[in-house]
Amino acid sequence: MKHVKTLNTKKLCNTVKTGGCGECQTSCQSACKTSCTVGNQTCEHDK
Amino acid sequence: MIHQYKNNGYNIVMDVNSGAIHVVDDLMYDMIGQFESLSKEELIQAMQEKHPEIAVDVMEEAYGEIQELKDQNALFVEDVYEPYIDEFTNRPNVVKALCLHIAHDCNLSCEYCFADEGTYNGMPKELMSLEVGKKALDFLVENSGNRRNLEVDFFGGEPLLNWEVVKGIVNYGRELEKTHDKKFRFTLTTNGVRLNDEIMEFANKEMGNVVLSIDGRPEVHNRMRPFPNGAASYDIVMPKFQKFAESRNQTNYYVRGTFTRNNKDFAKDVIHLADLGFKEISVEPVVTDPKEPYALQEEDLPELFAEYDELAAEMVKRYKKDNEFNFFHFMIDLAGGPCVYKRLSGCGSGTEYLAVTPTGDLYPCHQFVGKKDFLMGNIYEGVKNNELREEFKKCNVYSKDKCKNCFARFYCSGGCAANSYNAHGNINDAYDLGCELQKKRIECAIMIKAAEAELDAEE
Repeated sequence: MKHVKTLNTKKLCNTVKTGGCGECQTSCQSACKTSCTVGNQTCEHDK
Repeated sequence: MIHQYKNNGYNIVMDVNSGAIHVVDDLMYDMIGQFESLSKEELIQAMQEKHPEIAVDVMEEAYGEIQELKDQNALFVEDVYEPYIDEFTNRPNVVKALCLHIAHDCNLSCEYCFADEGTYNGMPKELMSLEVGKKALDFLVENSGNRRNLEVDFFGGEPLLNWEVVKGIVNYGRELEKTHDKKFRFTLTTNGVRLNDEIMEFANKEMGNVVLSIDGRPEVHNRMRPFPNGAASYDIVMPKFQKFAESRNQTNYYVRGTFTRNNKDFAKDVIHLADLGFKEISVEPVVTDPKEPYALQEEDLPELFAEYDELAAEMVKRYKKDNEFNFFHFMIDLAGGPCVYKRLSGCGSGTEYLAVTPTGDLYPCHQFVGKKDFLMGNIYEGVKNNELREEFKKCNVYSKDKCKNCFARFYCSGGCAANSYNAHGNINDAYDLGCELQKKRIECAIMIKAAEAELDAEE
């Protein structure tokens, strides 16, 4: 496409079937302790 | 739902429900904004008025690309996730992370401390015993179901005031791993005053992450993080943190600061830390009573937004150079990232994540400790306040009116329950000032990704 560059390929809706295992890190254990920062976390299955 | 914005020369379109992120030219940016409200003919006509220099066939081409993205479910995707949330909130209760308040005491006297220097809303100063710590790990293992990866953060007050117990708990955890097929990930948050070689060596062997509290420039740090007698702490802790970060090969740690109304130019503090060699940096807005003189106010937002913009642009300039660094609040994983369930349900406070006081009482998270209405139970008898647990369990993006139409909802997951409670007395609301800052950070983080993709393509 000439007018657009899409940065990502993974679609959120695809994780409806694959997600929910709960093995991922708890967000507040990383650094924040005062906010909720989930979008930066890694799925354990992608490691 | 789409969200579009311009930042640092990039036109960015977020398709909120699919998670797709597009960088587009000016024409497409304007067309997408009106694509759903106008017919094709009306849209092209509107574009001819706005962009008379662009030929109609180019507009037709851009229109076709928008339609193609829509057909690929990468634009104007509907939110289809709400029906799944009921199933997810009815899942069995599992605890997978504990914040251990190893010391309700501190050797600094930080003005903004939400833990009241370790006394959390007037609780007595005390240290956790090894017996309580071991029992907390037993509780975690017993309540973790089939989750294998378990997390334990040593928090305070200041955990190094009770270091021997920290070591004892870690050693006990390693024994439990062998007998229960679990894997503990230990983390430590410290102000650094008591850091020494022995502690660093043990932490480097056993702690998956360490959070090192320092606010940035000496005058900023010393103003808010003095010793109880008022003496400055920067010169004591900074060399230790530099040594510690190097000894961890500049990975698996954060130097973590707090910015307040006293340093609205906090980008300078981040850069100060980066220029001292730190590669993993987190500097975050203070969370406190709005009446405090150092509390951030709504009127500060334009200045704070400009600081985030400046910081993001600086990070782009440093990309792949020796002086590049990572800023925690700009981290965003566009290629993978968490599943939709995680994005909907948030941090897990009060359900998967609990805080344990020195005497073994359980609270939904460290920020609720000492608030008696939020006492959930204790490590000996387990969670007794099931009503409260259910309230936290049902707390998600769709339970908050303010989040339903917000573009950031799959990145912040509805925000912090404690911030919501402190601002509105209700965990199902949202801390509005925090939301504005969060949204700005997401925009900056995505801009950085767009810029990095462009720089990578140029290579």
